[in-house]
Amino acid sequence: MKSFTYERPTTPAEAAAAVARNPQAKFIAGGTNLLDLMKLQIETPAHLVDVNGLGLDTVEPTPEGGLRVGALVRNTDLAAEPRIRKDYGVLSRALLAGASGQLRNKATTAGNLLQRTRCPYFYDTAQACNKRRPGSGCSALDGVSRSLAVIGASEACIATYPGDMAVAMRVLDATVETVDAAGGTRRIPMADFHRLPGDRPEVDTTLKQGELITAVTLPKPVAGTHIYRKVRDRASYAYALVSVAAILGKDGSGHVAFGGVAPKPWRIEAAEADLPKGAKAVTAAVFAGAKPTEDNAFKLKLAERTLAAALTQARA
Amino acid sequence: MSRRELVAGATAAVALTTLPGQAQAENAGTDRPVTAKVNLTINGERRELDLDTRTSLLDAAREHLHLTGSKKGCDHGQCGACTMIVDGRRINSCLTLAVMHQGSEITTIEGLGQPDALHPMQAAFIKHDGYQCGYCTPGQICSGVAVLAEIKAGIPSHVTADLNAPLEVTPAEIRERMSGNICRCGAYSNIVEAMTEVAGRPA
Repeated sequence: MKSFTYERPTTPAEAAAAVARNPQAKFIAGGTNLLDLMKLQIETPAHLVDVNGLGLDTVEPTPEGGLRVGALVRNTDLAAEPRIRKDYGVLSRALLAGASGQLRNKATTAGNLLQRTRCPYFYDTAQACNKRRPGSGCSALDGVSRSLAVIGASEACIATYPGDMAVAMRVLDATVETVDAAGGTRRIPMADFHRLPGDRPEVDTTLKQGELITAVTLPKPVAGTHIYRKVRDRASYAYALVSVAAILGKDGSGHVAFGGVAPKPWRIEAAEADLPKGAKAVTAAVFAGAKPTEDNAFKLKLAERTLAAALTQARA
Repeated sequence: MSRRELVAGATAAVALTTLPGQAQAENAGTDRPVTAKVNLTINGERRELDLDTRTSLLDAAREHLHLTGSKKGCDHGQCGACTMIVDGRRINSCLTLAVMHQGSEITTIEGLGQPDALHPMQAAFIKHDGYQCGYCTPGQICSGVAVLAEIKAGIPSHVTADLNAPLEVTPAEIRERMSGNICRCGAYSNIVEAMTEVAGRPA
């Protein structure tokens, strides 16, 4: 690990300013992803701004009838929050399907959104990776790509966004709230928060340097059966091969987003009208234009079957 | 060079460059250590250390405070051998910095119990053979104690059928909640029995 200086500010404005004025600075919250990457020298910040003293750790009702989740609410606490369990079950389920108990105790709402890909070539510093070292190439294109993206990727990068929580937040139409060093605030719809790689895969999100996430807001609850189905190589503590976050009525109508298939939570709203017709029609539209590799083409069939299982569950 | 010599060398380097007060800025982004004063409350005892900012909570405990019960398995949060209970929550101590834990209440396996005054979970692990080589055991026991507290506090898990119903201590719940603690010897079923007994249900 490279050495770094450390500070622990007490206000969001101070924290944002500290990272904005130093291009080599990073925020640290739970640290469960950042420190892992620093040990491998994939991340080498020269300055860490510890945001754990900022508060931002409560869940409050919004005037619109939704909830505002503080950036530092831990994954364990968000999953267990009674209003989340009752009205936003898909979010509770997604959180509980991710990581281990120890990690969920540390991981935060904002940090979880910012976790980086688990592409094996991103982690292996001996390999070419445009996300880790821009311009170095992509070893995954001709490598083992079983876990990687089938849609939304580019010639420069076929990594997936690895998380579960953000997939549920995408189907819930959540909004990310931020503050910058000048005190300016921004509301970013979840759909626009993570970006597709294009020719700049090193940039995961639309945040600017020094822009601090303060909260994620959820609109008022959507009725229906809340489902998060995650298919993975073992029963617990593994990343999704494919996941489905869905809110479905008895007739199958509703909303659905997919995880494990793309560089961001993948949702095509226009395809949702076909949900009552069954999974095949929906996934055909959601994955139109997919470019799977030989290794990961199975994800297309798996996504259809996982959605079919969710529809069966909702209709039961 | 042996591992012990390497550790001793690294510790000496930190001691030589120790600077009081805040972490010093001019050395950042290099391989030269940046140090900071860190106050840790560990097993009820307040300890003051001058540490390289890179020092994980695990390394602070093992290499600086010589609390070697917590183990370093993977050092990447995947195995759970380093599990400690911090402010009432179990965490991977390898994936957090000591400098981030000023004022935290930290409990390691040494603080849970000692040979002459075992914690009930330690006694149950012995009774049910919840280990073989023992390397993962301190992490398993810290995690096990915290898992029962989490169920008591009503925190649901991936296998909880109804998110809004009272929780029960079942083998399925224990297995899911303990998935962050790997046991290469495969003592899992005995660990479930030990935890079940401590939870007050028939094993």
